[in-house]
Parts: sequence; C-alpha cells; structure tokens
Amino acid sequence: MTSPDLTTATATVKGPRTTRRRLPVGNALAYLSLLVASAVVLIPLVVVFLTSLKTSEEVGDGSALSLPGNWFNVDNYVTAFHDGKMLTAFGNTAFILVFSIGGTVVIGSMTAYAVDRFDFRGKKLVMAGFLVATLVPSVTTQVATFQVINGFGLIDTRWAPILLYMGTDIVSVYIFLQFIRGIPVSLDEAARLDGANAFTIYRKIIFPLLKPAVATVVIIKGITTYNDFYIPFLYMHSEDLGTISTALFRFKGPFGAHWEAISAGAILVIVPTLIVFLLLQRWIYNGFAQGATK
Amino acid sequence: MTQTTDTAPEGPAMTGRSSTDEKTGTGHGRPRPPGRRRGPTTARARSWRDAPLRRITPWLFLAVPLALLITFTYVPVASMISYSFTDWDGVSPRRENVGFDNYVRIFTRPELFRVFFVSGYYLAASVVQIVVALYFAVILSFNLRFRNFFKGILFFPYLINGVAIGFVFLYFFQDGGTLDSVLAWLGVSTDHPWLGDPTSANVSLAGVSVWRFTGLNFVLFLGAIQSIPGELYEAAELDGAGKWKQFRHIIAPSIKPVISLSVILAISGSLSVFEIPYIMTGGATGTQTFVIQTVKLAFQFNKTGLASAAAVVLLLIILLVTWIQRRLVPDDKVDLV
Repeated sequence: MTSPDLTTATATVKGPRTTRRRLPVGNALAYLSLLVASAVVLIPLVVVFLTSLKTSEEVGDGSALSLPGNWFNVDNYVTAFHDGKMLTAFGNTAFILVFSIGGTVVIGSMTAYAVDRFDFRGKKLVMAGFLVATLVPSVTTQVATFQVINGFGLIDTRWAPILLYMGTDIVSVYIFLQFIRGIPVSLDEAARLDGANAFTIYRKIIFPLLKPAVATVVIIKGITTYNDFYIPFLYMHSEDLGTISTALFRFKGPFGAHWEAISAGAILVIVPTLIVFLLLQRWIYNGFAQGATK
Repeated sequence: MTQTTDTAPEGPAMTGRSSTDEKTGTGHGRPRPPGRRRGPTTARARSWRDAPLRRITPWLFLAVPLALLITFTYVPVASMISYSFTDWDGVSPRRENVGFDNYVRIFTRPELFRVFFVSGYYLAASVVQIVVALYFAVILSFNLRFRNFFKGILFFPYLINGVAIGFVFLYFFQDGGTLDSVLAWLGVSTDHPWLGDPTSANVSLAGVSVWRFTGLNFVLFLGAIQSIPGELYEAAELDGAGKWKQFRHIIAPSIKPVISLSVILAISGSLSVFEIPYIMTGGATGTQTFVIQTVKLAFQFNKTGLASAAAVVLLLIILLVTWIQRRLVPDDKVDLV
C-alpha cells in the first residue's frame, strides 16, 4: 500500500500528535449511536428489574415503565426462589458445572498433549476425527444421542449432561493445542533426561504451564454450561433435577401471567452472570474471541 | 466429510511453530534428518524397553477423549443416518426399512418444508447483526470516552441465559409491555400484537436474536481491528486516503477472516435456531424452526425415523455451507491443528 520509508517518515514528522485517530462519522453522531444502542440493550433488562420489585397490583395497573412503589420489595424474589425451586436448580447447575468443567480441562489438555508432543501412527486420523467433529452441530444429532444416553441408562440423571458437555467439547481441545505449542519442547526433554515419564511430564510440567488456557476454557465452558437449556431440557425431566435454565423455564406454567415473579426469576439467573462479567471482563472477551475463532 | 482440507491450514501452523520453538520441535510431523534425533535417541539409549511403551503412551492419553468423541459424536451420526431410513418410533423393538420415504416426506410435505422459510428471517437478522456489529466495532476502535463501558454493554447480552432472555422479551413484546410503553412514551400509540401474526412474530423473534448475538460479532471484529498497526492509517492518511478508503483498504481486508467466520456462524446458526422461539412461542403462530420441529417429531410424536432424516438434512446443509466457505475463502486463518 505504502512504502515502508514513508511510514517511518510519518512517524517522525507528525510525532505523537496523530496517534489519536479521528472518528469517521463525527463525535456527536458516534456518541448518539452508542447511546441508542445502550438504551436498546438496557431498557428491556431494566424494565424487567423494575417489574421484579413491583407488587402484582402495580404490575396489573401501571405502565411497564412505571417505578415500583417500594424499592426494597423482595417478596417476588422469595416467591421465585422458594416456589420456583431455584435453590435446587443452582445446586444442580453447580454440580454439573464442577464435573463438566473439570472433565473438559483434563480431557482437553490430555488430548492436546498427546497430539502435539508425540509422533504416532494414526495421528492424522485422530486429528481429522476431532476436526470433522467441530462441523457436526450437536443440535442436529440429539435425536440419536438420546438413544446412546438411553442405552447407558443415564436419562434423567445429572451424568447425562456432564458426559455430553465433557465429550463433545472440541473447542477446548483447540484452545489447549494452540497454547501447548508455545511451550518449548526442551522442557519436556530436560525432564525426560531426569527420568520423568510421559505422565509425570504432563502432570508436573505441561499442565501447570497451561494455566492461562485453563482459565480461558473454564470461563467459556462455565458460562455456556450455566446458560445451556437444550441438553438439560432433553435429558433431565424430573422437577428436582432442574438446572437454572429449566427451572426458570418451568416458571411459564404455574406463574402464568405473574410477571413480577417471572421477572424476579429471570433477574436471579442474570445476576450471577453480571457479577462474573464485571469481575472477569478482560478474560471473558479474550476467551470468547478465542473460542469462536477456533 | 471430504474435509481433508485440514492439510492445507496445517502447513502455515507448523512452520509458524518451528520458528518459535527450539530446533528439536521442528521434527514433528515430518521425517527427521538423521542427525537431529536427539529426543528419541536418548530415550532409546536409556532403555530399549521404552520404545514400545513410548509407542502406546499417546494412546493412553487419547483413550478417554477418543472414547467420548466416538460415543457422543460419531456413533450418534452413524445411528442417525441408519434411523433415517426406517420408521422407528424410538421405543418399540420393531422397525421397518422404508428407504428414502422420510426424505421424500420432508421435501414434499409443505408443513414440514415450511420451516426453511422461517430460517430466512434469522438469516436476514444475522446480516443486520453483522452490519451493526461492524459499525460499532469501527466506532469503538477509536479512542472514545467510556469506551470500555460501551463495549461491556454491547457484549453483555451474549452472556445472558437464553431462558432469561426469552422471558425478558416476552414481557417486552407483551400487550402493554416494554415496547408498547416505550413507543407510547415516544408519542406513538399502538396496540399491535407483536407476537400475534407469523410475519410480525418472526421479525420480533429474529430481532431478539440480533439483540442477543450482536455482542459476540462485535467483540470479534473489534479484536481484529485493534490488531491492525496504527501506522497503517497514518501512512494512508498521508497518501490522501479518506475515511471510507481507509475502511475499504485497511480495515476490511484485515478482518476478512473474522467476517467470513461470522457468516458461517450466521448461516449455521440461523438454520439451527431453537432456544428463543421455543421458549417464547413454543413454535406457535408460524415461528416453528427446523430444530423445534425435529425435537417435536422425535420427542413428542415419537417419529424418530422422520426426525433423524430431518436432522441428516440439516447436517448435510451445514456441512455444505462450511465446505463452500472453505472453498471461497481458502486462505483462512482458521489454523486447526
């Protein structure tokens, strides 16, 4: 596009003054569009938050945008938490999260270690196996996966989603693979000379160095598992096996038009995500960007 | 399945690695020159019994992952294909071979085929989504005040639980709900039942999908734009390139891989929409999507055979789309392995 000497000339002539690039559309327009977008994002959420604090009369009479009479009315949250079985739901979700994340980390890093650090017959085939699997969208195969899980007798247990989350996460394999390539092979070899076997090398050297990749996988996996509706909906029908998604979904029947209770349930589900997001922002952006480009 | 293209992206990935790694690492995947055999030779020198052990070591690590991969991806795909040629109901031991009947039914029965048109709404929505995301990514790549704040707001919807989003927007589109109230506040009074007729309902649901997924595209685009070195713009400016030219010749080419990835995600995403319409309308008033229909066929009406055929069709379409994209944009930075 431009010759390199011209580029350096720019830097020396114009100096630091031009490091701040100008906006293409003018400041006012840019801020206006950002404000409109923020309103579009926030208004639906804020209204639901307001609704969750209202009494059912207030919801029935007032406009959706009206403010609640009592800002500290937590009755709906108590109702949602108690009648909506949210405590059990959070428990089940936590149980599934712990096992599926733990399993994914171990399985993903082991796969990446084996594929990256060893030469063996059939390696190409193994890699192609994982690659092609990324193209198979799991929504389509559930018809048949259901029969597999059924064959193991795992329908309506928490192990069904755990196994599925663990066994079908190919993205995390790629994240680990990407990262493991950056770890110098000389470390492995030094350890091998000291008499360490492959498993010790994996456990004592590779795995500790994979921490950033583990963090990425934990975050992506954690958020997608927490939010997943499809798998628990298909595999766990019992009421006391609800995850937060399916428990919230069941609000639809009994609470019918009680929007204040439904709103409280929705807010209860959103708040943990919001907290995690505020605490781990940078990790989350990077993690999802990495996860999606794999 | 003829995706042997994995050999193509592999090349650059390997060379990229050998430059960063130290010398012994270059041996992976290609014949080693005899003098460079340090790793294996030392192992062999120590004890020759290591050799067979070393050969099975990778398989010890891969045993569990491969077992899971085969059990939960390849076995289902294979059995799905075999079910699709039968009239199995998913429960009874009896199943008859019906040949291609299920496939013929999917493409000839209009009520089964109609779901493809619903995907059109979501496809259109994803065009809007990509354009909006691109606009905000360009805007926020500049030094603005509250940049991180706006970035956070735009991205946050992507992280929210789908069921919660469904309820938030059920209330939003309700009669007298958020949308009606906001419109009334702006001076537009309407009592349009947003989820009442098929067109309006599908547009509304597709709108929810834009609301939910724009953030991901936005963050991907922003990341790609921010990785462009700043001197490029300055050089272009010196050459007299305007803002539009800068976008066309600097920004657009640099984020092409991410855009092509987003297009693929958009197409396969709009074919496999499930959560939002299922939660919000349950597939009523003409909002039934392909996946909702398949799930209903399989788990409500016990037509496992027909549902499997539908799933196979969807799988083939998605594979075809991916294949076309790989052909069109061969030099993608999707360096898988």
